[in-house]
Amino acid sequence: MSTSTMQDVSRRDFLYVATGAVGAVGTGLALWPFIDQMNPDASVLALASTEFDLAPLQEGQGVTIKWRGKPVFIRYRTQEEIKKAKETPLAELKDPIARNLNLPADAPATDENRVKDAEGKVNEKYLVQIGICTHLGCVPLGEAGDYNGWFCPCHGSHYDTAGRIRFGPAPRNLDIPPFKYISDTKIVIG
Amino acid sequence: MSGHSTYEFKNPLIRWFDSRLPIFSMIKAQAIDFPTPRNLNYWWVFGGIAATMLVVQLVTGIVLVMHYTPHVDLAFDSVEKIMRDVNYGWLLRWLHANGAAFFFLAVYIHIFRGLYYGSYKAPREVLWMIGIVILIVMMATAFMGYVLPWGQMSYWAAVVITNLFSAIPWVGETIVQWLWGGFSVDNPTLQRFFSLHYLLPFVLAALVFLHIWALHVTGNNNPDGIEVKTEQDTLPFHPYYTMKDLYAILVFFLVFLAFVFYSPWYMGHAINFVPADPLVTPAHIVPEWYFLPQYAMLRAVPDKLGGVVVMFASLIVPMFLPWLDRSPVRSLRYRPLTRFFFWLFAIACLVLGIAGAQPAEGAWLWVARIGTLYYFAYFLVILPLMGKLEKPKPVPPSITDAVLSRGGH
Ligand code: HEM
Ligand code: FES
Repeated sequence: MSTSTMQDVSRRDFLYVATGAVGAVGTGLALWPFIDQMNPDASVLALASTEFDLAPLQEGQGVTIKWRGKPVFIRYRTQEEIKKAKETPLAELKDPIARNLNLPADAPATDENRVKDAEGKVNEKYLVQIGICTHLGCVPLGEAGDYNGWFCPCHGSHYDTAGRIRFGPAPRNLDIPPFKYISDTKIVIG
Repeated sequence: MSGHSTYEFKNPLIRWFDSRLPIFSMIKAQAIDFPTPRNLNYWWVFGGIAATMLVVQLVTGIVLVMHYTPHVDLAFDSVEKIMRDVNYGWLLRWLHANGAAFFFLAVYIHIFRGLYYGSYKAPREVLWMIGIVILIVMMATAFMGYVLPWGQMSYWAAVVITNLFSAIPWVGETIVQWLWGGFSVDNPTLQRFFSLHYLLPFVLAALVFLHIWALHVTGNNNPDGIEVKTEQDTLPFHPYYTMKDLYAILVFFLVFLAFVFYSPWYMGHAINFVPADPLVTPAHIVPEWYFLPQYAMLRAVPDKLGGVVVMFASLIVPMFLPWLDRSPVRSLRYRPLTRFFFWLFAIACLVLGIAGAQPAEGAWLWVARIGTLYYFAYFLVILPLMGKLEKPKPVPPSITDAVLSRGGH
């Protein structure tokens, strides 16, 4: 009699714990679809890459195009701008990493690494960058700021002529999107 | 103080209903007979005003939704249509936009009232903490509402504020894309903000219910910070405070409606009448005035993560106030030294607000830094020290004594 009661109790305990555990895990799993539905959906992920023809750009001219809903700065840099960017010692940079999605994550922020495409091609005239301040996401103004590169008016970040952060609250250089030259004057972004 | 009233309703129908669901007893006990300290001053009216403003936001919001379209291609135009075509649409929108600002005004005054009279002290800690949660949920609600008209300021507010989360190490980027539902602020972002902007005010209503429930467990604090001891210390809520609150609400509405009718965009920014453009940031982006102190603190720190941490801390630290201020005396009426630091704190908050509206450079940056330092020092250093060091003035034995000693009746 007493043993069967003991058995009853442990059986009930087991069922109690098992039901509770399944309920808790089940609720946890059921939560996931409700969280994941907020992530970028298939149509957003499928957004095509963008082609851009560099030929019409004049020296010293920059344009802003849209890729994945974000502004992309494409600038035909002047000789002066290139020279200034190249002369800057890496030790003076706030962020010494290239932030070029076409290069390894630790590539140094030399001017050359800032213009390299996915296949290692370099055309130092053309600088292609995501036009979003790495602080809180405003679009910086071109040919502005203490370094005559870009200046973000939102909270005062100054970028140089290679889009590298030099002063202000932004932590990183402007990002270089994945891109490659499909001819000497044509690139595809994405 | 709470509990069932033993009142017998005369109307048999009410008696029949009340014995099955005691709503009428509850109203009688909590809203009519509720014993309320007799010495409450006009700083006590802002709770009722805030609750009224929540109702204003709910009613105007629900009718605005009948005309508003949450889509990046249509949102801006639908708001313009509300302004031009919908009957009284202009009124509804201005009531809602200015209503949000006046809601914050009432709540901020309400909070400073609590700070001055020590309303956060035992036994009202939970009441105080629910209040801070209400403030945070309000801020989220107002932020998402501000995004809905999809003007330039709406769009860039959404960009900057969601990007705050990118400061979180390692997972920041992932979280921001999850918030956006894409790689930038876009249609999915607008639609989820709309959904949450509709939901959160109802969450607020529930929180306000809990807030008032907690209030009715402990009873009101009062300007002398002395607990109610006898019935002599109190007045029934109705008609004494129902009428006083109503009078204050009407005066408050006079000012609120003066803005709605004569200067509806006084606190707004003209650039929000330009449709959102993801490629161009306006030269000077500023939040609405009710977020300026927090915005100043965000920008006061020259480090991205640091700024974000400081800004959120400025909202969380006040939660711990009941345990930071250990003085046995509640009201600053009897704490002259702390009172001095309190007024400095109020000035610091105003100055932070002014600094938040200026470009973050030069002298203003330093003003914001000093203001931020004082803001935190007040909670974390000054109040804990004052609790130990200050010798308060003698506190009267009861509310009645306090009132009579001032020649009141
Ligand atoms: C805590 C309460 C609320 C606050 C603080 C609040 C705040 C705001 C703010 C600041 C705006 C932008 C106003 C503008 O610049 O035009 C806004 C817009 C809007 N809100 Fe609310 N709101 C609240 C409750 C609600 C509710 C309950 C609804 C609907 C059920 C709602 C629906 C809307 C709609 C449709 C808009 C866009 C139209 C417009 O811009 O006027 N709101 N809200
Ligand atoms: S977003 Fe550019 S400096 Fe803050």
